[in-house]
Amino acid sequence: MTGADTDTAALHLARFAALGGEAGGARARAMRRFEALGLPSQRIEAWHYTGLNALSKAALAPFDGTKTASSADDSMLGARLGAGPRLVFADGRLRAELSDLSGLPAGVRLLGLADARAREPSLVENRLDAEDEARAMRALNAAFAADGAVLVLPAGVRLDRPVQFIHFAAASGAAFHLRHLVVAGEGSAATVVETYFGAPRSASWTNAVTELELGRGATLRHVKWQDEAALAFHTASTHARLAGGARFESFVLHSGARLARNEIDATLADPGASCRLLGVTLAREKQHIDNTTVIDHAAPGCTSKEHYRGVLDGEARGVFQGRIVVRPQAQKTAAHQLIEHLLLSERAEASAKPELEIHADDVKCGHGATAGALDEQALFYLRARGIGLERARAMLVEGFVAALVDEVEDEGVRARLSSVVADWLAQAADERLAV
Amino acid sequence: MLEIRNLHAEVGGKEILHGIDLSVAVGEVHAVMGPNGSGKSTLAYVLAGREGYVVTKGEIVYDGKDLVAMAPEERAREGVFLGFQYPVEIPGVSGLSFLKAAVNEVRRHRGQAELDAVEFLKFMRQKLKLLDMSEDLLKRAVNVGFSGGEKKRAEIVQMAILEPRLAVLDETDSGLDIDALKVVSNGINALRGPDRAMLVITHYQRLLGHVVPDRVHVLAQGKIAVSGGKDLALELEQKGYAMLGAKDVRAA
Ligand SMILES: Nc1ncnc2c1ncn2[C@@H]1O[C@H](COP(=O)(O)OP(=O)(O)OP(=O)(O)O)[C@@H](O)[C@H]1O
Ligand SMILES: [Mg+2]
Repeated sequence: MTGADTDTAALHLARFAALGGEAGGARARAMRRFEALGLPSQRIEAWHYTGLNALSKAALAPFDGTKTASSADDSMLGARLGAGPRLVFADGRLRAELSDLSGLPAGVRLLGLADARAREPSLVENRLDAEDEARAMRALNAAFAADGAVLVLPAGVRLDRPVQFIHFAAASGAAFHLRHLVVAGEGSAATVVETYFGAPRSASWTNAVTELELGRGATLRHVKWQDEAALAFHTASTHARLAGGARFESFVLHSGARLARNEIDATLADPGASCRLLGVTLAREKQHIDNTTVIDHAAPGCTSKEHYRGVLDGEARGVFQGRIVVRPQAQKTAAHQLIEHLLLSERAEASAKPELEIHADDVKCGHGATAGALDEQALFYLRARGIGLERARAMLVEGFVAALVDEVEDEGVRARLSSVVADWLAQAADERLAV
Repeated sequence: MLEIRNLHAEVGGKEILHGIDLSVAVGEVHAVMGPNGSGKSTLAYVLAGREGYVVTKGEIVYDGKDLVAMAPEERAREGVFLGFQYPVEIPGVSGLSFLKAAVNEVRRHRGQAELDAVEFLKFMRQKLKLLDMSEDLLKRAVNVGFSGGEKKRAEIVQMAILEPRLAVLDETDSGLDIDALKVVSNGINALRGPDRAMLVITHYQRLLGHVVPDRVHVLAQGKIAVSGGKDLALELEQKGYAMLGAKDVRAA
C-alpha cells in the first residue's frame, strides 16, 4: 500500500495537520513551503543523480515519540559513546542522561535545542527559523525539528577536546528531523563531531540541518560520520557562514545508510575567510551516497579547497556535485576542487559534477575528477612481496583514503576514523571471501 | 634450484619469449644481459607471476615445484623476490607498514612467529645497518617521490629484509651513482650464499665487477643467444651486441 496518501511526504503533511499548530507561525510557513515543493524529484537539477522514490515509498512518518529505545539499543548506543563533552540524541530527542556537559570552559553553552527554545530563546532566536529556505528538505526540517544540539562559544575560547553530537535511530518506519546550531565567537576554536547511526534493523530517515556561524578569525573543525543502518535514509544539510579571517574545516565520512545525501553550503562572507572540505565515502552493495557542496565566494581574498574520495564496491553509487560561485567583488579568490572515486567492482558507478560560476576576473580556480579501478601495478608490487590479494587491495584502499583522514586535526578523532576505515575493509574482505 | 625449460610466453597476445632454457643451481649467481626489448623484464615478470604475462609453452620448476601454477604472493612466500626495473609508487601506504606486512606474510608461510611492531623495527634496523642505509626512506609512502636511485636502494632493502631464496634483480644497478652502486652490490653480495640463487639482469659490466657471476646469458629477441662465463660480459662490453650477429642470433 504505497498510494499517494501514504507516502512519506503525505504522512508528514497529515501529521502536521493533526498537530494543529499555529497557522501563522514559522513552522506552518515552512510546512507550506514544503507542501509547495514536495520531496525533490530528479527533474530538479540539484537532485539529478539522486532519486528519492524509495524514501517516498518507505512511508516514513515524523516520529511521534511514543516508542522509546529498548535496553538493547541503549547498550549499543552506550558502547559507541567516547569520552568528552557530548549531546546524545535518540530518535530525534535529547537523552540527557547519556550526555556529558562537564569540563567545558566558562561561558561555553552546550544544550539541547528544545531546552534552549524553552528556557533561553535568545540563544537561538533569528538563527534557526530562516524564511528563505527554498529547499524542500530544509523546509521540512524547519517544520518538524523538535530538538538538536546548540553550542555557543564566546569570543576567544578555544576548546581542546572535540564536542560530539550523536544521534541514534532506534525506531523503525519513522523520520527524525534534527537541527543543530554552532555559534563560534570571534577568535574561538573548536572541533565538533556529528555522528549518526542506528539500530541494525531500523528502516528510518534522519533529516538533519546544521547551522554553523563562524565569527571573525574563528576556527571550526566539523567532522561528520554518517554510519546509519543498512536500511536507513540520511539527508543532511550543513550551512556554514564565515566572517572575515574565519577558518572552516569539514570532514565527512560516509560508511552507512542505503541512501545518503550530505549537503554543505559554505558562505565566505568577508575577506580572508577560508574553508577546506574533505570527504571519504565507503559504499558497497546498493548504497547510494551523495555529497553536494556549494561554496559561495562572496568577498575578496578567500580560499576554498575541496577534496573528496569515494571507494565504491558492489553496485554502489557515488555522487559528488560541487558548485563554486565567485561573485563579482570576490577578487583574489583561490578555489580548488578534486573528486576521486575508486571503483572496486565493475558494477559500481561514480558521478562527479563540478560547476564553476565565476563572475570575477582575478581568480585562481581549478577542479578535477577521476574514477578508476585499483592500480594493477601497485597490486602486483604488493603481491610480489608476499602480500595476499585481499590484503593488498585493502592496503591500497586504505592508502587511498588515509591521505584524507590524516588531515583531520584532532588525534583521537583521526584514530577513530582510521579504525572505521579498517573495519569497513575487513568486512569487505570477509564478504568477498564468503561469495 | 631454478629450471626454465622451453619457456614461451606472451604479453598482450604477442609472443615475447620464444623458448628459453635456463637453469640456475643453488648457490649460483647468473647474469642476464641483452639489448633493449629483448625480453629480460618479460622473463622477470613471468618468474614473478605478473598478470597478463602468459606462459603458453614450457615450464618453470623452482625447488622442484611448478612455479607457473602459483599466484604471485605464493611465489614470494616461497622465497622468490623480484627487484623491479621500475619500482611502483604506492601513495598512502607507509613503507614500514608495507614491509612489516610482507615480512609477516613470509614468516607465517614459513611457520615462524610473526614479528610485532617493536621486533620488526629491531630486525629492520639490523638489516639497514648491514647495508649502511638510513630508515628515513622507509618512513615515507612506498617509493613515492623517491629518486630513481633511492627506489633501487629501497628494492635492495626489501630484499635484505625478506631474505629470499631466489632473487631476480631487474636492472637494479641502472641509474645509480657510484656510492649507490656500492650499496646495491654489497646488498647483493651479502645475500649471496650456498642456499640461495640469483638472476641479475643488467646492461653493465660495472656491476659484474662487484658481483662476479657464475654464468652470463645473453638474451636476444626472446631467446638465449649465448651463454658463457664471467668473461662473456667483458667481451660484450668491448664488442657490443653486434658480436651476437656473428653467432647468428636469429637462427639460434
Ligand atoms: N603489454 C605488451 N604488449 C605488447 N608488447 C609488449 C608488452 N610489454 C612488453 N612488450 C614488448 O616485449 C618486448 C620485450 O620487452 P621487455 O620489457 O621484456 O624488454 P627488456 O629486455 O627488459 O628491455 P630493456 O632493456 O629496455 O628493459 C618489447 O619489444 C616490448 O615492446
Ligand atoms: Mg627491462
